[in-house]
Amino acid sequence: MNNIEEGVFFLTGKDFTNAGAASSSLKGVLEKRGVQQDIIRRTAIAAFEAEMNVIIYAVAGMMKYRITETEISVTIQDMGQGIPNIELAMTEGYSTAPDYIREMGFGSGMGLPNIKKSTDRFVINSVVGEGTTLEFLIRLTNADKEQA
Amino acid sequence: MNLQEIVNSLSLEVQTPELDLTREVTGGYVSDLLSDVIGNTSQGNLWITLQIHLNIVAVASLKGLSGIILVNNRKPDADTLTRAVAENIPVMTCALPTFELVGRLYALGLRCR
Repeated sequence: MNNIEEGVFFLTGKDFTNAGAASSSLKGVLEKRGVQQDIIRRTAIAAFEAEMNVIIYAVAGMMKYRITETEISVTIQDMGQGIPNIELAMTEGYSTAPDYIREMGFGSGMGLPNIKKSTDRFVINSVVGEGTTLEFLIRLTNADKEQA
Repeated sequence: MNLQEIVNSLSLEVQTPELDLTREVTGGYVSDLLSDVIGNTSQGNLWITLQIHLNIVAVASLKGLSGIILVNNRKPDADTLTRAVAENIPVMTCALPTFELVGRLYALGLRCR
């Protein structure tokens, strides 16, 4: 395939002023490409949740995307505290967010489940004390969601 | 339904007078949890919340919401309004508590869709 588009956005932990900017830019890239609305919506949900996790929990991170004729893949890698128990973190409603984050309406424990629901493939790897890498893929063709 | 009509009917206070309110409101959604809003709103929805910080604008912009109403006389942070104007997201305030406001929006014909 020759119509491949790639890019990277850098994320800074606790930078709530620019939180959401990377996801918003990615959405813009997809709109410009003329990607179908529902796919843009799903990508935006997953990207925003992943971006917010870096802002809330990590020191810094980056969001890389690659769009081909058939799929959108996004990798969010951070330098952060890591997730000790991924299964628990995937449980809807489970959160380790501090009170001030919750008061802002973040940290409701819906982020990772939202990513899983919105994407066709979702992989998360984490090392405590080092960081977390999250990858998701959304198909542009044959919109059926892959069974996990 | 048009946002300007809703603002007029309920005497909402517009905090972003720079922005045009003649835009279609497709439905309404109430939540103070951002992930809930991200996951469950549709384009053109009007969002009712008590959150006043600037990340609400990022959420509304990302989901293409038609506007945000802040309840209980809560006033938006200054940087929230700056961002709202930049992102073309109208922000309104009202003295009513959420329950009362949503009741009136429902009576006007707005639904969750």
